[in-house]
Amino acid sequence: MKKTMTCIECPRGCALEVTLENEWKVSAVAGHQCPRGEKYARQEIEAPTRTLTTAVLTRGLELRMLPVRTSAPIPKGRLMDAMAAVKKIVVSSPVEAGQAVAENFLGLGVDLVATRPLGPAPESPAN
Amino acid sequence: MKKRDLVVVGGGPAGMAAARAARDAGVRDILLIERDSHLGGILNQCIHPGFGLHRFKAELTGPEYADRFVKMTAAAPEIEVSLRSFVVKLTPEKRVSYLRPGALEEVEARAVIMATGCRERTREMIPIPGTRPAGVYPAGLAQKMINMEGWIPGREAVIVGSGDIGLIMARRMALEGVKVKAVIEIQDKTRGLVRNVVQCLEDFGIPLYMRHKVARIYGRDRVEGVDVVRVDDNLAAVPGSEFSLACDTVLVSVGLIPENELLEAAGAAIDPRTNGPVSAELKGTSIPGVFACGNSFKVYDLVDWVSRDSELAGKAAAAYLAGGAR
Ligand SMILES: Cc1cc2nc3c(=O)[nH]c(=O)nc-3n(C[C@H](O)[C@H](O)[C@H](O)COP(=O)(O)OP(=O)(O)OC[C@H]3O[C@@H](n4cnc5c(N)ncnc54)[C@H](O)[C@@H]3O)c2cc1C
Repeated sequence: MKKTMTCIECPRGCALEVTLENEWKVSAVAGHQCPRGEKYARQEIEAPTRTLTTAVLTRGLELRMLPVRTSAPIPKGRLMDAMAAVKKIVVSSPVEAGQAVAENFLGLGVDLVATRPLGPAPESPAN
Repeated sequence: MKKRDLVVVGGGPAGMAAARAARDAGVRDILLIERDSHLGGILNQCIHPGFGLHRFKAELTGPEYADRFVKMTAAAPEIEVSLRSFVVKLTPEKRVSYLRPGALEEVEARAVIMATGCRERTREMIPIPGTRPAGVYPAGLAQKMINMEGWIPGREAVIVGSGDIGLIMARRMALEGVKVKAVIEIQDKTRGLVRNVVQCLEDFGIPLYMRHKVARIYGRDRVEGVDVVRVDDNLAAVPGSEFSLACDTVLVSVGLIPENELLEAAGAAIDPRTNGPVSAELKGTSIPGVFACGNSFKVYDLVDWVSRDSELAGKAAAAYLAGGAR
């Protein structure tokens, strides 16, 4: 079984031709111009992962949404589960950039971390 | 009137880098003016990764990249930051007027750096026939709504333009549960990164129609759908190739234009083609002592280069001031 894919490691975007042993096992890669291409093809087919970046709702903080990311890539197939879990989170205490808002997120061994600091909402000005 | 050595207008990555570089080159009295309640500019809404690979050798999100510069700005007491402050006027004599809550301020600067960023081209700037219903948004505005205000603009969307902003927004909406029906690109290749085509479209099964355009938007009060048509190499519609897509939202991602109305009103020469300032020297303008950098100088793809070039503007302003200019 063969499959074609585009390498994303650099802007060159090599067209990879991947020979598969079965649906989730690569036996050979061709078409890459550097070793990263082969590594990418194997990773992408055998265990594709993505870093999730999104935003969670806040209460009582300076901005309505707090941007977050997973501290490491998670399995691609879990992205939508992760989004469902993100929607249940509300952050109501001030945070620093890099601080975890959920630890061992979905049991995946990664944290969901804030990507910016966020302080308390200012006293609403009388204007 | 208050006097300042250097006034920097705009607290995005360009303004922060320019202010900090000017300070590092010896300028001791700097006012950085930003209309928003935070520094960081457009980076605050660009919550995806892809920033800083060159500058910091790390793949940061927009807010993380901004945060590093916010900290560098805060660490320099010579830079005074005025937030919620909207610059409304610049004169050739380098007087800067700005509105802040409850006051109209005026300062006289010995040098000025304009770092006001860019704005999005809108639907009105590319001809899409049809009705004018609600539900058509510039992609960057939709990005701000979703990432900063927490509003999802619709349920089913079509995106016009396959540059990185369009691709990033396709993924962002798909993650939020919006059904993204298609990305439509009139050219025969995307300007976006391969990586974004794979991770923003293919990951979510979103089709990319190249050499296609939106022929019509319809809907009375709200968008109800679009007609899409294939185009030939002269970008003319191919008869019989039309098809319709039902959707309630259209995001338009068709480019950015430098924001230079303040400079123009001050009498600086502006290139009508690019809307960027005309300048003999790097990062200058036609007014001596007034510099420009970042997306208001020219539209950049990578913030890393915005920071680098804006530092040159900061240094140039410092050299101008050191030369005894008044
Ligand atoms: C949607 C999108 C996605 C992007 N993705 C990437 C990416 O993945 N990687 C990457 O490297 N780059 C990316 N970029 C590019 C990068 O973000 C920009 O090049 C960079 O932010 C430009 O910086 P700037 O300071 O010139 O402009 P801005 O960030 O726009 O800052 C301008 C600032 O000036 C302020 N201002 C304007 N007018 C006034 C006024 N009259 N008075 C007071 N303040 C004013 C604004 O409020 C704003 O804070 C992206 C850009 C966009 C729009």
